[in-house]
Amino acid sequence: MIHVQNLTKYYGDRKAIDGISFHIQEGEIVGFLGPNGAGKTTTIRILTCYMPAHSGSAKIAGFDVFTQSMDVRRIIGYLPENVPLYTAMRVREYLNFRGKLHGLDHNARAAAIKRVTELAWLGDFIDRPIHQLSKGMKQRVGLADALLHDPKVLILDEPTVGLDPTQIRETRNLIKKLGERHTILLSSHILPEVEATCHRTIIVAGGKIVASGSPEELKERIRGGSRIITEIAGPSSDISTALKSVNGVKKVEVQSVNGWNRLLIETNRERDPREDIVRIASQKNWSLREIRFEHGSLEEFFVEITARQLAGARADDAKEVTL
Amino acid sequence: MRNVVPLTQRELAATFFSPVAYIVAAVFLITSGYFFLADTLVSGHEATLRPMIDGMARILVFAIPLLTMRALADEFSTGTIETLMTAPVTDVEVVLGKFFGQFIFYAALLVTTVLHVAIVWHYGGIEPGVVMLAYVGLLLLGAMFIAVGLFASSLTRYQLLAALGGIAILSLLTFVVDQLARWGGGNWRLVLGYVNVIGHFEDFSKGFLDSRSIVFFLTGTILFLFLAVKVLESRRWR
Ligand SMILES: Nc1ncnc2c1ncn2[C@@H]1O[C@H](COP(=O)(O)OP(=O)(O)OP(=O)(O)O)[C@@H](O)[C@H]1O
Ligand SMILES: [Mg+2]
Repeated sequence: MIHVQNLTKYYGDRKAIDGISFHIQEGEIVGFLGPNGAGKTTTIRILTCYMPAHSGSAKIAGFDVFTQSMDVRRIIGYLPENVPLYTAMRVREYLNFRGKLHGLDHNARAAAIKRVTELAWLGDFIDRPIHQLSKGMKQRVGLADALLHDPKVLILDEPTVGLDPTQIRETRNLIKKLGERHTILLSSHILPEVEATCHRTIIVAGGKIVASGSPEELKERIRGGSRIITEIAGPSSDISTALKSVNGVKKVEVQSVNGWNRLLIETNRERDPREDIVRIASQKNWSLREIRFEHGSLEEFFVEITARQLAGARADDAKEVTL
Repeated sequence: MRNVVPLTQRELAATFFSPVAYIVAAVFLITSGYFFLADTLVSGHEATLRPMIDGMARILVFAIPLLTMRALADEFSTGTIETLMTAPVTDVEVVLGKFFGQFIFYAALLVTTVLHVAIVWHYGGIEPGVVMLAYVGLLLLGAMFIAVGLFASSLTRYQLLAALGGIAILSLLTFVVDQLARWGGGNWRLVLGYVNVIGHFEDFSKGFLDSRSIVFFLTGTILFLFLAVKVLESRRWR
């Protein structure tokens, strides 16, 4: 549905995005995740035909965003980052105006406004002037506007910024529900948000894609899967050597915690060596008081991978981690 | 082009909502009323509207950029240009919507000065044809001034700069060119004569119908609207 190939965009001399490529299937909900200044808004603005890229191409539903801009604009619903609205208008007036721009006739507009009023919970303030609304209410008006013409593709730049916790939850549920009928690309800084709503995450930093995949796949990526933490009493070097010989163990780190050895064991993805570890401990008569899997958090991964990118790590580090 | 209608409606609504438009309208009416009282209603003068009409043309050099400064600059500064330019609307439609919205407001403003005309009419001595022609001239001049004002507004996100820019361009085309045309001679005078807004306008206020003057104002209007569209397009590249 969305095909992005090698997009590059400069602001003056500064490269804002650098060779971004990704594909989004119809019906997918994809999260665009990255720190401030990563290039999320820039990419989104190119996709929504607000500005052209310097090189590369982007197609939505087969239409090129540059040469077939009108076709693209008709099938996308866009919520810009800071939700610009005509504040002098009333909500209903504004939506009516936007409906006209999308070519909806009188009856279609009435029906569309009714539908989005329910979807974005505008009921309480649909007849109030926009300048009187709170930030979160404006955000909902922007969302309603994006949904007005029932677009195939929804592009939402930080859709939950400025919402209260209840609204954030409701908006996430709404996005999931909309995902049944629309293809969605949303941007966010917040990992749990992307984890909660998206099928797939694209992590960008410094204008490049640094990783992409489903939340599970990304978690898997973290240090080649997960870590086992176990505490065993006994001679630390013997324990360490014994555990290293276990099939599936890649690396063992020993810490001493008041008389116990705390072992941080890195494993490869294919095999769970916990049973073997317990067996060895009982064979050798070492007491074992704890053994557990520690799943690395996506949060850590995100911080790690974006920090790496921003620190200017080159070559293999910066290489996209495709899963 | 179907989007021009809703865009015009929105522009008109935005102008009617804006306090600046009312202040400018009020100042325009007061000053044109002043020209009317000072030059037309003085006893002993023959009843003519020319001083008022010519005075109005000069006030419009300042009034119209103040009315149009908001039009595009505000869309840039509030960011609404982004929702506009990502909707299925062409840049030409955006500019034309702004233009017609502003033009309708301006035409409504002119209608209120008809009161002065009615007074002079009451005391007799004016020809309806001449007055009509003067108002046609004011409409044409206004259209071109609005186009210039929109062009200035397309250049910046700051309304004040848009107003100053518009006033600067219009002053050049009116006062400066008019002065130079008076001083110069020969070819110089001929060339300046083509772009002298005041010269063309006076054809109308004196009661001549010169097709070259109609062409001048229409060409000027189209030229500056075209420039505004080009500036809008080029903003995407920045
Ligand atoms: N209009 C502009 N002019 C110049 N530079 C810009 C402009 N907009 C963005 N940039 C630069 O381009 C880079 C990418 O910005 P962008 O807005 O795409 O980031 P983002 O990922 O959306 O960040 P955020 O999470 O803060 O919204 C930044 O370095 C920013 O400074
Ligand atoms: Mg952004």
